[in-house]
Amino acid sequence: MEGASTYVHPVTTRNPLTGGGVRRAREAAIRGAFTLAALVSVGVLVGIFAVLFLQARESFGGNEGIAQSTLTPEQRALFTDVEFAALPAVPPPAPSVGRDFLGGTNWNPTGATAYYGVLPMVVSTLMVTLCALALAAPLGIGAAAWLAYVAPPRAREVIKPIIEVLAAIPSVVLGFVGIVVVGPALAHGFGLQSGLSAANGALLLAVMALPTIVSITEDALTAVPRDYVQASLALGADRWQTLVRVVLPAAQSGVVAALMLGMGRAIGETMTVLMACGNATAMPGSIFDPVRTLTATIAIELGETDVGSRHFHMLFAVGLVLFCMTFAVNLASEIAMRKSGGSRA
Amino acid sequence: MKIQSKKLEVWYGNKQALHAVDLAMQEHTITALIGPSGCGKSTYLRCLNRMNDTIEGVVVKGGLLLDGYDVYEPGVDVVALRRRVGMVFQKANPFPKSIFDNVAFGLRLGPRIPKTELDGRVEQALTRAALWEEVRDRLTGSALGLSGGQQQRLCIARALAVEPEVLLMDEPTSALDPIATAKIEELLHGLADRYTIVIVTHNMQQAARVSDQTAFFFMGQLIEVAPTDDLFTHPTVKKTEEYITGRFG
Ligand SMILES: Nc1ncnc2c1ncn2[C@@H]1O[C@H](COP(=O)(O)OP(=O)(O)O)[C@@H](O)[C@H]1O
Ligand SMILES: [Mg+2]
Repeated sequence: MEGASTYVHPVTTRNPLTGGGVRRAREAAIRGAFTLAALVSVGVLVGIFAVLFLQARESFGGNEGIAQSTLTPEQRALFTDVEFAALPAVPPPAPSVGRDFLGGTNWNPTGATAYYGVLPMVVSTLMVTLCALALAAPLGIGAAAWLAYVAPPRAREVIKPIIEVLAAIPSVVLGFVGIVVVGPALAHGFGLQSGLSAANGALLLAVMALPTIVSITEDALTAVPRDYVQASLALGADRWQTLVRVVLPAAQSGVVAALMLGMGRAIGETMTVLMACGNATAMPGSIFDPVRTLTATIAIELGETDVGSRHFHMLFAVGLVLFCMTFAVNLASEIAMRKSGGSRA
Repeated sequence: MKIQSKKLEVWYGNKQALHAVDLAMQEHTITALIGPSGCGKSTYLRCLNRMNDTIEGVVVKGGLLLDGYDVYEPGVDVVALRRRVGMVFQKANPFPKSIFDNVAFGLRLGPRIPKTELDGRVEQALTRAALWEEVRDRLTGSALGLSGGQQQRLCIARALAVEPEVLLMDEPTSALDPIATAKIEELLHGLADRYTIVIVTHNMQQAARVSDQTAFFFMGQLIEVAPTDDLFTHPTVKKTEEYITGRFG
């Protein structure tokens, strides 16, 4: 490189242009948080894959493979009993019917007096779904921001497809992971009798929603015109301010869509919560109680009712409640997207 | 000197885009950067507020002084620099926000400003950008509803609102019609009282009309710099003469 600079920086007093240490530290911290979100996202998703792989490998060991299964007898019993535990062998005819449906807190279609109170299941469904979203949203948006802003292009090209592929984990498989790994871990960590609880379901649904949220949010972030970013940086905004004040608002409808798609999947999800949440029909007192969602109730009970019976029709009513909830979510997201499309003062 | 580059060199990867550019600009003057497309005008401009930093693989060497202090010294706070050196882009790029929020954007980045002061500074910036009369009744309307020329003046107002000392403009009128262009050129004369302006243009008439000093770039080199009247009437380098007489470019 001939002609390279021979210019020597002048020795002066302190350059008044230097500084900004606090801001730089803040930016580094935020960058670290995004990186952490991405690491956790990828780690969780790949970890699930690893658990499946390790558990499946034992099946190749022949008979002793099953004998040496890592499942405890209680866990193994769950596989045979979980779906049917709540059911009596023969559904007796219900002589009388409790009144409250929407407001009732007792769901007991097969008791001497049949009760069809759906409220505990509505609460359970909301509890599991909202907790799942509360976990998945910051993690997913953080991971998307990392992919869009912090990740070296190489890493991005590799990691984004990996996360997207993991959207294909079947829900029954996640339920399995919930029974074998997450549930016991929760029970151990929080000293619970059983880990099969709303918290377990929420964790699994968060994992389930994560790939969708990361992928669509990242698309939305990178679709924001570079012009906006340039304008913001040139005005003296740092990267964090640019993300929060320019990029996220401009990508708002995409981010909302990502969250709603993730949440829509979680609310309607049946198999995972059926397997992982413990299926108690009582009103949950906390996130660590076993719960049964609307979807799980229909799946568990429908096959065992007589077509045309009161119980049978009640399950359709449960389905209607579920539909109203998913409809409300979609409507809310639609409104949110409309709003973000217009301009505000 | 407000701005002074000393043997400033820029590489994109291993492609050199600027070769040892020595150029000085006095406070409260307008300098025009002219030259054929790809000669390095934008690259030079982007050094002045370090927007080059946002491009992957850029290496800058040499010295670039703002009020005598090196802009590229390690530890320089780029964010603070950009508040002193504002920029207007070739394509008007208002945010998809209201007119008011666009102008207030830079003001809201720092410590909170009382509402009345904010209103005052937004009005002042819009007035300096000769846009106030046209938008005073629609400040809450979307900036994207403005015409192209109005949008570019809004971008000027947005840059002026943070009270920079230097204003960089990269072909600010190249996407505008002649009337909108004339409005902005007229505006520039008034702005030179307060700001040091560097404007890139491929339009030599524009350079002649608005600037005090003109720098001619060619293939990454600064070929000639002189007071605008001298450069256009008595260019000392043959290449400059060929360019300004329209023989290439
Ligand atoms: N982001 C970039 N990456 C690589 N090369 C670039 C980039 N921007 C500009 N260049 C190259 O640097 C040279 C100068 O470009 P530029 O400063 O944009 O010229 P001008 O503004 O005078 O048209 C050109 O050869 C151009 O191809
Ligand atoms: Mg250019």
